[in-house]
Amino acid sequence: MSLFAAALEPAFVVPTLLLDICFLALLVVVAFAIVRMRSLFGIVMLQGVYSLLSAAWFVTLDAVDVAFTEAAVGAGVSTVLMLSAMLLADRKSTPVPMRRQLGALAVVLLAGVAMFYAVPDMAAFGDVNSAANSYVGMDFMAKTAEEVKIPNVVTAVLASYRGYDTFGEVVVIFSAGLGVLLLLGLNGNSGHWVARPNGQVINDRTAPSAGLSKDNRSEEQRAEPDE
Amino acid sequence: MSDPDRKPDAALGRDPHVVLRVISKFLIPLIALFALYVQFHGDYGPGGGFQAGVILAAAVILYALVFGLKAAKAAFPPRLIRYGMTLGVLLYGGTGVVTWFLGGEFLNYSVLAHDASHGQHYGILAVELGVLVTVTSVMIAIFYAFGSRQPETSDEDW
Repeated sequence: MSLFAAALEPAFVVPTLLLDICFLALLVVVAFAIVRMRSLFGIVMLQGVYSLLSAAWFVTLDAVDVAFTEAAVGAGVSTVLMLSAMLLADRKSTPVPMRRQLGALAVVLLAGVAMFYAVPDMAAFGDVNSAANSYVGMDFMAKTAEEVKIPNVVTAVLASYRGYDTFGEVVVIFSAGLGVLLLLGLNGNSGHWVARPNGQVINDRTAPSAGLSKDNRSEEQRAEPDE
Repeated sequence: MSDPDRKPDAALGRDPHVVLRVISKFLIPLIALFALYVQFHGDYGPGGGFQAGVILAAAVILYALVFGLKAAKAAFPPRLIRYGMTLGVLLYGGTGVVTWFLGGEFLNYSVLAHDASHGQHYGILAVELGVLVTVTSVMIAIFYAFGSRQPETSDEDW
């Protein structure tokens, strides 16, 4: 219904509507390409394309802050992280036999049906009476100008009204980094550290890190004992 | 089209990625500058600590990709990264503790200055700085952690 109504206001709405349809169609195409592909390098690159497309789509929805994050994190940093993780593992994925895909297919179908079932409950785009546009959200919009006095309400909500939540997010990011460092270490172990639990060598000279023949650590780190 | 007998550039003593290096050398300072703009303009336009942190980390990661991990580690030592991760969280939490001692609730910035809205500005600035430091450090740390565990990509693999 709302789509037809939007299409009837020609001057402003139709171009963004066309853009939306183009972006969503491209997203579907890229998603299918990712599913069909075997080369992990291509998949990682296409995931970057997917992120960039969704960032562009967020811009047409006026969610500039989200688009910004998606472009920087999704298309930028996570592509590089996936690439460096891929170099440690494998360059190609092996095809999975058809009968092992039936369970996954059932889960996807169920989730898809559940989503279509939920669509009528979604608020229309820009609906004044939606949950996001009433209650406390509107309070923030009204009071930011006098209480915080900064033009960007997103920043006011994120850093001030919801500062507690953002603190939690920063701690989450910190613990993610901490977890990676505890598992891998900032310098890798460069093949210097070998553990032998029950006589089994965990990191011997064939480990990927052992490929570094020269010591990559700086002077001061060499003086420190290994972490 | 390509001559099979042609030796790779590296064997002739030439830098095979000279275009890449020149362009990135021009782009990296701009990316870092843009990160600072996103950080300090977050009160007025889209952006903030999370986005700026990731963009700043992207500048360092690009530097590491083009000039090698060793050069990046010389510029941003892992020791600094380790402290940065914690410092950001401490700065955020510390702002909350300071407001606590000044008589407000945890993270109620209004008590930071005589004028409540000025206090809000200072608080948001401090908190976003904490977010920037932690996000940048964690992103670079994760990249270092993965990147340090493999030999550098050889020129044939490009």
